[in-house]
Amino acid sequence: MKESFRRDPRNEWIARNRLHPLYSALQTQEASWIGPSGLVRKNPHVSGFIGPNGLKRIDRSGVQQGGGSQRSGTKAAVQLPLRIIEQPSFYIVVVPDMVNGRLSSHDKDLLGLANTLAGDEGAVVAVVFQAHKEGGFDTAGVDRLLHLQGEAFADYSPEQRVTALCALDTQLNPAHWLVPDSRTGGGELGRRLAAKLGERPATRVWQVADGQCIGRAGAGQQDMARTAPRLILAAAECADPVSDTRHEVRAIELNETLFHRVGRLDNLGAVAVDPALTPMAEAEFILSGGNGVKDWELFHQAAETLGATEGASRVAVDDGFMPRARQVGATGTWVTAQVYLAVGISGAVQHLQGIATCDKVVAINQDPACDMVKRADLAVIGDSAAILQALIERVREHRQGGMHDAA
Amino acid sequence: MMPHELLKVVALVSVGAHPVTGRPRRAEQDARAVELGLCLAGKHLHLLHAGDAESEALRGYLGMGLAEMTVLQQPLHADILPALGSYLGATDAQLVLTGSQAEIGEGSGMLPYLLAEQLDWPLVVGLAEVESVKGGVAQVLQALPRGQRRRLQVRLPFVASVDSAAPKARQSAFGPAQRGQLQSQKVAVVEDMLLSEASMQTARPRPKRLKVIKAKTGAERMRAATAKASAGGKVLTDITPEQGAEAIFALLKEEKVLR
Ligand SMILES: Cc1cc2nc3c(=O)[nH]c(=O)nc-3n(C[C@H](O)[C@H](O)[C@H](O)COP(=O)(O)OP(=O)(O)OC[C@H]3O[C@@H](n4cnc5c(N)ncnc54)[C@H](O)[C@@H]3O)c2cc1C
Repeated sequence: MKESFRRDPRNEWIARNRLHPLYSALQTQEASWIGPSGLVRKNPHVSGFIGPNGLKRIDRSGVQQGGGSQRSGTKAAVQLPLRIIEQPSFYIVVVPDMVNGRLSSHDKDLLGLANTLAGDEGAVVAVVFQAHKEGGFDTAGVDRLLHLQGEAFADYSPEQRVTALCALDTQLNPAHWLVPDSRTGGGELGRRLAAKLGERPATRVWQVADGQCIGRAGAGQQDMARTAPRLILAAAECADPVSDTRHEVRAIELNETLFHRVGRLDNLGAVAVDPALTPMAEAEFILSGGNGVKDWELFHQAAETLGATEGASRVAVDDGFMPRARQVGATGTWVTAQVYLAVGISGAVQHLQGIATCDKVVAINQDPACDMVKRADLAVIGDSAAILQALIERVREHRQGGMHDAA
Repeated sequence: MMPHELLKVVALVSVGAHPVTGRPRRAEQDARAVELGLCLAGKHLHLLHAGDAESEALRGYLGMGLAEMTVLQQPLHADILPALGSYLGATDAQLVLTGSQAEIGEGSGMLPYLLAEQLDWPLVVGLAEVESVKGGVAQVLQALPRGQRRRLQVRLPFVASVDSAAPKARQSAFGPAQRGQLQSQKVAVVEDMLLSEASMQTARPRPKRLKVIKAKTGAERMRAATAKASAGGKVLTDITPEQGAEAIFALLKEEKVLR
């Protein structure tokens, strides 16, 4: 909403009245004065105000005298220009992965690519299944949003989703389908769709330009260049995400009511896996021990209670407390955990390299100045044994609490 | 213990390429598919390849403990799908195992999908384990990212692709590999149209993405240039172990890694 400008006659009056007790509070900083050498000095920062588009404006009409600060008071958040496509001449459909109900960076790259393909004429359609938590579809570049919900699309339901996408294909006849070539769903869904539509897709595509696309082929030793087909499975960073426009996110519907044939894949749900058996490079939650761990019995117990995969620094491995395969770092495994809990690890560069892509790092260390504490999102300074013991008890308490609730 | 003896399993294998030297070898994922097939059907596993029967690399699969392999004779640039489809449609196979991506050629990973579509069988992507087969219904584990597993139920017959989450393939023994038989069959050939249009080139390293700063004013540019990469985390000093544990526990809860 646009902020309308209002004069405040009372403030203006006070600003003119030197004897008023509030006079000094309403004085703007001096804009120009005679300097000691007799030259006129000007302070360019005090004149003018910030205009509605975020630029500084200087008003020379004289309205600004007295209480001039009132205009610059509220600085509206800069609004990106809105792009409206009323009658698109074609559609580009993107099926984002929506990991955890949000657009991933891979999804945003694809939307960026879709926007370059759409140009000024086309509209970008995003198809989202089930409930989501994304609030930024407009700035990510979605012109039209097809939000499909219902029993049939719950959880893992590739066959039903492909049925819906096929219906959309007949409805919009999109110029291109873009699907992330990822392991988190897109790779599978896109290929299933390709097989169903009878389109030959380009896969692992990392560049699309001038109607040509280039994708990795074979085991990654070769690239394949070809004319861009209708269905593109694109790799991460295939294009830059949209950054300087806002889009409508106008909701669209499927015209056809879907008739699902009985799914041939029955989902019986996730299986509890033993964290000790998950490969370290893939593990979601790693408890890693270094030279500062004195009680290894307690460490293993903590890993078991927390349900974390175990890791170690090189010193812990060299001293024989952990197997070589558990070493994290430059000469060990490069891990990608979402949470990396480092106990008694100083954070040597060789170790930090290995955890560069970890999302959240927690450090337990005695030394508040060590590099691991600097890297960590949360650092607890203290003795590792005592903190691990307390953590085990806290988690046990929580688990038992949960049990009581369930009973 | 496992009642899989009756299960008729076919493993589709291809010729792979060594990642460094590029020498032909058994393909990594296909070998895992064969391993899984050997666990399910033992010696009765049926190996199938569409391509050149003279290829020595195929013997790598025979060396895993199988006496023979069927090879559907196809030239290099042929679309092998029709040949595989019609061959499999005529057999009584109940489970067809494939790798998820070829190591040479296009490597689009489309084969299992197209095959399942052609045969009109269900497809399981990323098969990690077959838990049981009862009354024509198999209960299987599917591999998900981050070492997670999902349990699925699927009617026989079905196609399943295997990726690097499946059990590692056993070594190939030289003697049995040489003794094994490659039974070649002549089948119709369909030309692959794509390969005439597309061009292969040595993979180019992809450019690193640059951090683009779209600042309109000098002040913004300055701020972006001087901003620290990470804001630095919370450091808790002078606290009891219990308070520390509580803080860590809260973070673990928030990240939803406690199961
Ligand atoms: C070529 C090369 C390759 C290498 N590759 C790797 C690699 O891949 N991975 C790797 O990890 N290392 C690697 N290193 C070794 C690396 O340089 C460090 O020596 C090593 O990581 C240090 O391990 P650390 O942090 O466990 O031990 P230290 O550096 O000894 O740190 C111990 C930490 O524990 C804390 N501490 C001590 N007692 C307690 C307590 N009671 N409670 C809480 N905290 C306590 C201390 O404050 C200290 O911060 C490599 C080195 C070289 C030269």
